[in-house]
Amino acid sequence: MSNGATDALLQVRGLKKHFPVHRGLLQRQTGWIKAVDGVSFSLAQGKILGLVGESGCGKTTTGRMILRALDPTAGEILFRQQDGQVVDMAQLGRREVVQARRQMQMIFQDPYSSLNPRMPVRDLIAEPLRSYGWSARDSHARVGELMERVGLDPRYARRYPHAFSGGQRQRIGIARALALSPSLIVADEPVSALDVSVQAQILNLLRQLQTDLDLTLLFIAHDLSVVRYLCDEVAVMYQGRIVEQAATETLFTQPLHPYTAMLLEAAPAPDPHASWMEEDEDASEAGEPTPADDQGCAFAPRCRYQSDLCSQQMPALEGESHLAACHHKDELELQGV
Amino acid sequence: MTAPLLDVHDLSVRITRDEGVVRPLNGVSFRINTGQAVGIVGESGCGKTMTSNALLQILPPAAEITSGHIRYRRKLDEREIDLAALDAHSDEMHQIRGGDISMIFQEPMTAFSPVHTIGNQIAEMIQLHDSLSSEATRQRVVELLHLVGIPDPQDRADDYPFQLSGGMRQRAMIAMALASNPRLLIADEPTTALDVTVQARVLKLIQRLQRELGLALMLITHDLGVIAHTVEYVYVMYMGRIVEEGPVAAIFDSPAHPYTAALLQSIPSLTGKRRHIEPIEGSVPSAYALPEGCPFHTRCTQKVGPACEQQMPASVEVGPHHHTRCFIHTEKGGD
Repeated sequence: MSNGATDALLQVRGLKKHFPVHRGLLQRQTGWIKAVDGVSFSLAQGKILGLVGESGCGKTTTGRMILRALDPTAGEILFRQQDGQVVDMAQLGRREVVQARRQMQMIFQDPYSSLNPRMPVRDLIAEPLRSYGWSARDSHARVGELMERVGLDPRYARRYPHAFSGGQRQRIGIARALALSPSLIVADEPVSALDVSVQAQILNLLRQLQTDLDLTLLFIAHDLSVVRYLCDEVAVMYQGRIVEQAATETLFTQPLHPYTAMLLEAAPAPDPHASWMEEDEDASEAGEPTPADDQGCAFAPRCRYQSDLCSQQMPALEGESHLAACHHKDELELQGV
Repeated sequence: MTAPLLDVHDLSVRITRDEGVVRPLNGVSFRINTGQAVGIVGESGCGKTMTSNALLQILPPAAEITSGHIRYRRKLDEREIDLAALDAHSDEMHQIRGGDISMIFQEPMTAFSPVHTIGNQIAEMIQLHDSLSSEATRQRVVELLHLVGIPDPQDRADDYPFQLSGGMRQRAMIAMALASNPRLLIADEPTTALDVTVQARVLKLIQRLQRELGLALMLITHDLGVIAHTVEYVYVMYMGRIVEEGPVAAIFDSPAHPYTAALLQSIPSLTGKRRHIEPIEGSVPSAYALPEGCPFHTRCTQKVGPACEQQMPASVEVGPHHHTRCFIHTEKGGD
């Protein structure tokens, strides 16, 4: 992992998104929800970074801010464009965002609702091309190429989305995202709506594209086995912050943050002989996130290793190549899988 | 061997729609013994939910049971009755549904009314199947909420569903399902909408209740990880048929049907070294065009011959309590 801005395709620094909370008859603002609260990471060209966490941890909000589908409250999003120039997505005006967005695309979770049912596949895939000024003839040729690239038969170009299965629709979504040859793709839970047998097709396709096109991917997911299969590096989010980040195998075999260890322990492996949640069955209320206060570690109320320090001081995300935000990371001996 | 609690034999369901006829279940047979935890696993559209809906006669309006019987030993008089032959609106069926057989769903928010407290809703369930005084009912509600691990059950009983977190709501729904002392609990994707840490706790709870109360459990899921850790015996479904059944270890260690084997090959491993995953090519055929013969033949890489496309193989025993329907095994068995 590199922290230098020079070879990173994307570098995010101190990214925040705070949503105002309004209450009462006059809808006075009574506070903030800190959906993303100081996220920093960098992503090298050609790598897949997995952003994992449970619902509400801020992983989707982070992805949307990188593409400027949401405006950040604070922070920098340094993106190296194809001409070598580094721009801060967070500072760009509307028109410049449109230009930069040509090089970063998104793949969505639901292949059923993310495609316009009234457009045939070739128009769906050509849409991003046309909106950036491609001629009809050029886009037609490109559509055929893209369909082959994602494993769809170009003869089906005139069909409408309803004629395709879930996996095929996700392939259409991927073809659309690839249309403008972006250097970065943000994929938000791209396989979680698919059946497992079809999920494998899409995972293998994404890996193939990474090899063939030197594609860089921010892969947002909650399924840990999928992340282990696909990602080069993983960042674990909890309540708007990254609590641990490392190379995939390191993170799974030697987790440093108690939250990561808890996620790994809770995920049932598809193997009846593997151990699963042997201990600590009680603690029912402690089993769910509680809204964070500003002091201390957000995970402390659920953490079995918490000390006084944890509730008083927020731990920083620290480390060389394996980063973790925990006061006790050097003392704990956590179990990986 | 004692008679099973539930014995489903050759169950078929047909749905007639404007677009055509769909056969979501084609000769499904399975049994659940008293206190046994059984899993039904399969991908979307395989008929797993339709199976449980047929048991409780809560099928969609255009659907009808075309063959088979559902023998169930009811708690009222230990008499065996055929649920498939009962009228969906009969008193007997009302007694079974929610009384003998309870169900928990994927989305707890839809199982509760948003405008009544969870305590009142559970109380209603109790009074529907038991005649208790209001104090005794209230006490039972608190007991049930305590049983499912909800802290401060006295106070929580007066909460509305929206005041509870996802995991707590799921627990409250389980409490409601237990209100009538059922013999069989059907859990249809009970944890699919939950986060992984919450899912683990809810599954552990279901397991504990099943053992402590001697409940029979029918767990319906697409998640092989969940199946691996919560049930003793597994039925694998594909396009309205049970293609393989066996003890959970046998299914995972030595899958006998090509579909089961392919399904296990297609999921990435959580533990250990990264291995290549092998997707199942193609996709599930349209429900309106059910393939002749073995429904998996359109995607199968181990087809034996033309027989696969012509007839459904018979069930063959491949190990202790381990059966499959595939010609690979009928040939070896010296048909």
